[in-house]
Amino acid sequence: MTDIWLTPERVALRDAVTRFTKKHIAPQLSQWEDDGAIPRELHRTMAESGYLGVGFAEEVGGSGGDIIDVSIVAEAIIQAGGSSGLIACLFTHGIAIPHIVASGNTDLIDRYARPTLAGELIGSLGVTEPGGGSDVAAVRTRAVRDGDNYLVTGSKMFITSGVRSDFVTTLVRTGGDGHDGLSLLVIDKGLPGFSVSQPLRKMGWHCSDTAELTFDNTPVPASQLVGGEGEGFVAVMRQFVNERINLAVHGYAVAQRALDLATEYARTRETFGRPIIDRQAIRHKLVKMHRRVAESRALTRSVIERAAAGEEPIADACLAKNSAVEACDYVVDEAVQIFGGAGYLRESEVERHYRDSRILGIGGGTNEILDDLAAKLLGYSSGGKR
Amino acid sequence: MNIVVCVKYVPDAQADRTFSQDNTTDRTNVDGLLSELDEYAVEEALKLAEAGEGEVTVVTVGPDGAAEAIKKALQMGADKGVHVLDDAIHGSDAPATSLVLAEAVKKAAGGSPELVLMGLASTDGTMSVVPAMLAERLGLPQITQLSSLEIADGKVTGRRDSDAASDTLEAPLPAVVSVTDQINEPRYPSFKGIMAAKKKPVETWSLADLGVDAGQVGLESAWTKVESFTARPPREQGEIVTDEGDGGTKLAEFLAKAKLI
Ligand SMILES: Cc1cc2nc3c(=O)[nH]c(=O)nc-3n(C[C@H](O)[C@H](O)[C@H](O)COP(=O)(O)OP(=O)(O)OC[C@H]3O[C@@H](n4cnc5c(N)ncnc54)[C@H](O)[C@@H]3O)c2cc1C
Ligand SMILES: Cc1cc2nc3c(=O)[nH]c(=O)nc-3n(C[C@H](O)[C@H](O)[C@H](O)COP(=O)(O)OP(=O)(O)OC[C@H]3O[C@@H](n4cnc5c(N)ncnc54)[C@H](O)[C@@H]3O)c2cc1C
Repeated sequence: MTDIWLTPERVALRDAVTRFTKKHIAPQLSQWEDDGAIPRELHRTMAESGYLGVGFAEEVGGSGGDIIDVSIVAEAIIQAGGSSGLIACLFTHGIAIPHIVASGNTDLIDRYARPTLAGELIGSLGVTEPGGGSDVAAVRTRAVRDGDNYLVTGSKMFITSGVRSDFVTTLVRTGGDGHDGLSLLVIDKGLPGFSVSQPLRKMGWHCSDTAELTFDNTPVPASQLVGGEGEGFVAVMRQFVNERINLAVHGYAVAQRALDLATEYARTRETFGRPIIDRQAIRHKLVKMHRRVAESRALTRSVIERAAAGEEPIADACLAKNSAVEACDYVVDEAVQIFGGAGYLRESEVERHYRDSRILGIGGGTNEILDDLAAKLLGYSSGGKR
Repeated sequence: MNIVVCVKYVPDAQADRTFSQDNTTDRTNVDGLLSELDEYAVEEALKLAEAGEGEVTVVTVGPDGAAEAIKKALQMGADKGVHVLDDAIHGSDAPATSLVLAEAVKKAAGGSPELVLMGLASTDGTMSVVPAMLAERLGLPQITQLSSLEIADGKVTGRRDSDAASDTLEAPLPAVVSVTDQINEPRYPSFKGIMAAKKKPVETWSLADLGVDAGQVGLESAWTKVESFTARPPREQGEIVTDEGDGGTKLAEFLAKAKLI
């Protein structure tokens, strides 16, 4: 049986993205980390090469391909010297436009999905609020109907690409309390009452700009509604499965990269007259790191394959993400350890992975929230059936 | 315009390269790829084809693995491929390669091609002679090593840069043209291109299909012969000049000793 991760087309895709990354991303990444943002031009270059739209149908301006192809693009970028933060800001459309595409609203697709996949626009997703991110159903940002508009008031916190984005797919409350009072509105930058904070200063993901967005009676045309009123929560939850899978890929891919960097270093670094890889203490570290990578990749890929086959593996996506996050945290920590003092320096790539990784267990659903969701779905409760 | 691009499958220069038992380049037990210098020719052909009408056909002469070079060019956007594959070709030198290519180009173009594009040199042989030889065999004008190219009024015009001067060259079409790595920035195969390449036609021809006599090609009839080879000596340890206040003087002494200043 041929491995579906190794079809000739996927091998070629990995190879092409690897070359792209080595040329257009890796050499500039440190600079973008210092700048706190990536250039817009990169979105266009990536779109021209046809990798920005992988995972989106050609009918909406994408390049085709499924979640396996999307994962291969992410693996290749990270393995070739990119980073989780780079993918977060370059592929923010992966969380910003799927609801628009799924709604089938051709007007919104033409105005937002298509130009974003062409690298002309940048989108972001506004769900989390200063008051909390885990309890999505508690969103407080209000949208009150006023003629042909909604008047939006409230704020959104930690919004990836929020500083640079041209539009924000925003979860707002159009109805009463609870999840069925929530709707999705596409809100353009520059509308009256819409203000954007300075970039938030973070532990990692430095090249990825993050903002707080504030709306004060911002008039948003009712035609910006994605799907119907009250359908926002379900739309967001649906896409969370993909986001969690994508973050799980970041986890095992960063872990693999950190393992490779540490291995290379251990082969060349000598103490007491021998390469440190010849020491059992180091070899065992490396093999444990290897095992963590292999376990989390196998679990995640099995979930990806099911998602590609049309299933919606909600519980297993939680398990995969938490497993990959744990593996990644463990591996990047050990990688820094193997680098010794050099691993504590900004100029070492493992140092960046160490900082970048910390967000993986927080964004897209925290470890605790995902464990809780999985527990519920798998029947680990007094009333549950197993 | 219908363009034929000749491309070569070469051992990856970043991997270990070796020779076979018969002192020919080992093309079987190594990772191979489309010669990077040929990507510029493919890119230029695609740009010309995209600007007007026409088809891009890539032709390669090489062993089984050479199909990979064709596939890469098809993924970049070429329309069809021709692979000349025949055991008798093994060990062919540049004259023999150009003979096979000439017949393949004619057959692929259904007579005379309108434009044949080639790279500056292969990254394994680095001889740069096949374009000229091919032009001679096809009876077509040649302009080689162009770093810019334009097609208009039935002519190809381009610039050849050298250290001393830049020449502007011109030839009537059809012509054989080779291009340098300064001419463009080759595209990466897009995801759509990768998927589309699966369905593009690739024909495999033998020497018999081309009417080439096997006795004219291969190791036996090569004009040159590799008698022996040695691996490149390992790089010597450089001399480290430690600056103890006199670093500049030491550096100057080193350069003077090496007769560099
Ligand atoms: C760099 C970065 C980028 C981000 N990008 C985006 C973005 O683009 N769009 C967006 O909408 N959001 C984004 N977020 C927000 C992110 O999704 C939230 O931070 C996350 O959902 C957690 O929400 P919170 O920070 O409000 O933590 P809280 O919800 O306040 O949780 C705090 C702690 O309490 C725990 N906890 C909460 N509830 C429970 C419970 N019921 N049981 C047990 N433990 C619980 C949590 O696990 C966590 O450990 C981003 C965050 C960061 C840091
Ligand atoms: C911020 C910072 C401040 C510092 N300040 C000072 C200072 O003021 N003065 C000073 O002199 N130094 C200082 N150091 C250096 C610090 O003491 C060294 O980084 C530390 O001793 C480790 O040495 P190393 O970095 O060369 O790692 P290495 O010795 O190369 O070790 C690399 C890895 O191999 C492991 N290893 C090495 N040998 C073996 C073995 N035989 N068996 C098993 N594992 C082995 C190590 O545990 C480590 O995980 C500082 C370093 C940093 C990062």
